Amino acid sequence: MNADPMLPARYLVADTRRETHDSVSLRIVPAGEPLPAFRPGQFTMLYRQGVGEIAISVSGDPSAADGSLTQTIRDVGAVSRALCRCEPGDIVGVRGPFGTGWDLESAAGHDLVVVAGGVGLAPLRPVVLGALARRAEFGRVVVITGARNPREFLFREQLAGWADDPRLEVTLTIDQPAAHWHGQVGFVTEPLARQETEPARTIAFLCGPEPMMRFSAEALMARQIPAASIRLSLERNMKCGVGLCGHCQLGPLLICRDGPIVDYETAQPLLAVREL
Amino acid sequence: MTDAELLAGLPPFDQLSAEHLAAVASTAASVSFPAGKILFSEGEPAFGCWLIRSGQVALGSQMPGRGQVVVQTLGAGDMLGWSWLVPPHCWHFTAIAVTGVTAIEFDTTRLRALAETDPALGYPLALKLFEVVVARLQNTRSRLLDLYGNPRER
Repeated sequence: MNADPMLPARYLVADTRRETHDSVSLRIVPAGEPLPAFRPGQFTMLYRQGVGEIAISVSGDPSAADGSLTQTIRDVGAVSRALCRCEPGDIVGVRGPFGTGWDLESAAGHDLVVVAGGVGLAPLRPVVLGALARRAEFGRVVVITGARNPREFLFREQLAGWADDPRLEVTLTIDQPAAHWHGQVGFVTEPLARQETEPARTIAFLCGPEPMMRFSAEALMARQIPAASIRLSLERNMKCGVGLCGHCQLGPLLICRDGPIVDYETAQPLLAVREL
Repeated sequence: MTDAELLAGLPPFDQLSAEHLAAVASTAASVSFPAGKILFSEGEPAFGCWLIRSGQVALGSQMPGRGQVVVQTLGAGDMLGWSWLVPPHCWHFTAIAVTGVTAIEFDTTRLRALAETDPALGYPLALKLFEVVVARLQNTRSRLLDLYGNPRER
């Protein structure tokens, strides 16, 4: 175990998988001492030598016993592009695990409503996998995921499997009309508003662009689900990962330490402040 | 359960008085459609609206070179059809049942006549329908934001 949280551990890229035209999943395995186990929702600082380091959430099965991590990266800048171009055999640096998790354990006995938009499905995949692994502990497991178009869903094969899985209630919806698409067309809030939820026994997990999460949270609250029962993953400019540098400050929160998973009761007033 | 009791539990009718619910219910009938059924077609005169109870309906338009393109999918709890309410009283899109659908169908000729003769029914009913239209508009605006696009491509 690496005692210094600022010192990256060496991980070997074992597999790469192109998810969409701009997103890639890397499965990485320890090349030395493994990092402590990750909880769903936590993130790493992933380092590409000579380019830089960025915060990436863990998108793989949290119960992987081989110490491997799966992380899904979207090419949006220099570091993410370099990481997306990694090939099997490459070495990357990893720090973590950092931040709060989804705390799926505390949702036992509840219905789960998982709402993901775009690459927001990546940090939520471990929630669904975790719920499936301990399916009897939860009530309904509703998964609503949106994408711009059919080509931009992450984990398409797995989503197809989930859609056929009677243990899950899965809705895929796209924003832009597309030929040959047999799923739904509409914003994620539309299938969300159709859910017949029991407010007192529902815990919601949201991840995606911030406006999408706000709109989804408001749709859930309109159905009397308390803000404290709505959990979302926030994104700010994480740098140190341990609450020292302040780059990721959001009001009283340091998102790398106090987030990224925050309940909507905490987040709502902060997200309403322009440029905060 | 009578039609009025059924409507009383469903937005957008849940705030109407018992008398008005009974009036609205007198224009309503339970219907079902098989998958693939065309409920109405773009350009045709618009009569009727439906409160979907179960199943899905695709609203779409015929696009040259692209075939029938779905612009929105409606499901349980959604209102389908309001072109009957405003000129030119023609359907703007084609509605096709994607799955088997059950719905409450309203005779909009009678519903409009009721609303026009009794503003105490017509006004709250119009406001409720307006709520539905605003929600639909806000969802469409959310899609226009293209929130899932790559910031690099903007």
